[in-house]
Amino acid sequence: MNELATSPNARQSNGEGPRFDPGITEPIWKIRWKMNMRSLAQNWEVFKESRVGMFGLMIIIAFGIFGLLWPIMINFVWDPLVYHPVVGFDPIMMHPSPPVAGHLLGTDPIGRDILAQLMFSTGREFLLGVLSAVISVVVGTFIGAMAAYYGGFTDTLFMRLADIVMLFPFVPLLVVIGSMMRLDIFSFAVILGFLEAFGGITVILKAQALQVKVRPYIDAARVAGGSDLHIIRAHIIPNVLPLSFLYMMFNVTAAIVSEATLSFFGVLNIDMSWGMMIHTAETAGYLFDFGKYWWLWAPSGFFITLFCAAFYMVGRGLDEVVNPRLRKR
Amino acid sequence: MIMRRYMLGRVGQLVLTLLIYMTLVYFLMQAMPGDISQMYLANPRIPQAAREELKKQLGLDRSPFLQYISYIKNFFTGNLGVSFSQYPKPVWDILIERLPRTIVLFVTANCLSFYVGFVLGRIIAWQRGATVDHIATVVGITFWTAFYPLLSLILIWLFAYTLHWLPLNQFIEPALWTRAPFTSNTVFGYMVLGIALIALAVFFIFWTLRRGLRRTRRSAALAWGMTAGVICLAIWIAHATGTLIYIWDIIRHMMLPVCTLTLINFAGTMLLMRDSMLETVQEDYVMAARAKGLPDNVVRDRYAARNALLPTVTSLVLSLASSMSGGLVTETMFSWPGLGQVLFRAALGNDYPLATGALVFTGVFLLVAHFVADLLYAALDPRISYTGQPAEG
Repeated sequence: MNELATSPNARQSNGEGPRFDPGITEPIWKIRWKMNMRSLAQNWEVFKESRVGMFGLMIIIAFGIFGLLWPIMINFVWDPLVYHPVVGFDPIMMHPSPPVAGHLLGTDPIGRDILAQLMFSTGREFLLGVLSAVISVVVGTFIGAMAAYYGGFTDTLFMRLADIVMLFPFVPLLVVIGSMMRLDIFSFAVILGFLEAFGGITVILKAQALQVKVRPYIDAARVAGGSDLHIIRAHIIPNVLPLSFLYMMFNVTAAIVSEATLSFFGVLNIDMSWGMMIHTAETAGYLFDFGKYWWLWAPSGFFITLFCAAFYMVGRGLDEVVNPRLRKR
Repeated sequence: MIMRRYMLGRVGQLVLTLLIYMTLVYFLMQAMPGDISQMYLANPRIPQAAREELKKQLGLDRSPFLQYISYIKNFFTGNLGVSFSQYPKPVWDILIERLPRTIVLFVTANCLSFYVGFVLGRIIAWQRGATVDHIATVVGITFWTAFYPLLSLILIWLFAYTLHWLPLNQFIEPALWTRAPFTSNTVFGYMVLGIALIALAVFFIFWTLRRGLRRTRRSAALAWGMTAGVICLAIWIAHATGTLIYIWDIIRHMMLPVCTLTLINFAGTMLLMRDSMLETVQEDYVMAARAKGLPDNVVRDRYAARNALLPTVTSLVLSLASSMSGGLVTETMFSWPGLGQVLFRAALGNDYPLATGALVFTGVFLLVAHFVADLLYAALDPRISYTGQPAEG
């Protein structure tokens, strides 16, 4: 990557002899980096205008800090025997216990600390959401770009495939898959990511790539001898990427909601998550008296909603960056 | 000409997609562990021979390929098989029994949430950047991403359990219906028919008076009066035939799920309407209408909102279709005996014919709806050509 942004002979003559020097000494990757940074800064300026987006971003950062507290708390502050999110038990009191000094958000019916569960799950929800969203967007962008660029058979194949994937009712399909194999959080994220990737996101990104494909610079790149792969990688994908990024935010929301819903119905094989906490409260029969045992469902339900809403709001903010027509004049 | 060729091509692809979908559903069901003969495995009084006999009777001893062929053949002759869990009952009967309930619930909820979203979206787009805009967006997104099962539980607890305003779960009151001279589905059928007739009559009234409505107050009063008359007539007919209390019972049970669905879904339409309208308010004709000196709300409702309606209408069609299957959570939470609940129970209980039938049934619905949405979009927006490519130039 030490290629210089000058003519080729500049590279050969280092040291003695008259050197061709157009005044640009930076390597080309550095220039690209700077340009990317500049466009990022511009986009940031637009994003900052959107109050809803900034609100969402702040909530996400707060969640991130909350999640990072977990390893510190369990290693240095809390006793793992009492505060472990899955097998912890506090022998001193009756369970479920309302919030007291030792357990700020109370304990669940089997004597596990609610706050510890919340904290432990935060990091895993991040993992689940971000992993499935990244998979879906990377695969979806690539397929969308390919379908738009090649057209014809490839296009029809992937579009009909998307139709079929969108036909499947999501929750029953996952119930069926869940009964076939043990779904832990990692494989669940992968399956969810691929389902999203082959479904709706491909259609949207293909429509966007189709608009890029008819621009003159694609023809110019082809005339200049660029291979198909090069054109897709260097010209089509970078122009679709902002939209992909936007859909990534929405997919995080979708992943978290599906995980919570399926955990709630007890279909997944996950030891602890926000949905699982509500599931525990429900199967133990504590959801019949909502007001009395509020600490069993309120924190996790509130967290799921807030977390999803935050990502959705960031998505709305990004929408104004991606769609110039939505910006203020 | 182009239109017809496009239609034929699309219908061909539709059938092919359906076949592939059915194949996938079939093999997915095959891949599920266990089958019906494994039920009551711990019961020693069922000998192995009985299990084999059961398998033979249900045709499960044949090779998977032969089963697949007969499944495809049966589907196109309208035979979806017999449910395992509700044994002698054909799958088709179960689905037909459940279908109207699902449709009524979700059509009502979708239309209501569409209307709420449309009105709110119109207002917040018109006042973009104002406090109303921010608050409505944040509240809408919060409900839109709310954890649905929990929200429905909270609403059930609040309105049915604590306040006793609305009945708890199910879709009928069993005590009332044991002495009823009709089955619930008959009443349901009448309800659907009645609502359709009322809607048609109201549409007709407004259509005939459409000229006068713009100009005079009197014809507006006349139109609303006639609408009220039609509704009163319908209620009187229901009363005369003795179905009124039963219809009221169903409506009372519907209220809570419909309100929950509206609360969850209105934000989708609202945000879509807002985005779409932000584009139309920048158009020249809106400025021209303003320059003429028309009142603000007339410009908003008659000029900007009308043209922003297009993407939201297609999204309404798609959401109607997807709620066929997506209603699983709602129906499970509110114990509403519809299609989604059947599917969920069948998938959990290894009842392949029923699960396959329900999946294929909703699949057909969704495919047709996507097709209709495409056609509707092309019909509403002349700029979109039937070839599926953006217009050249």
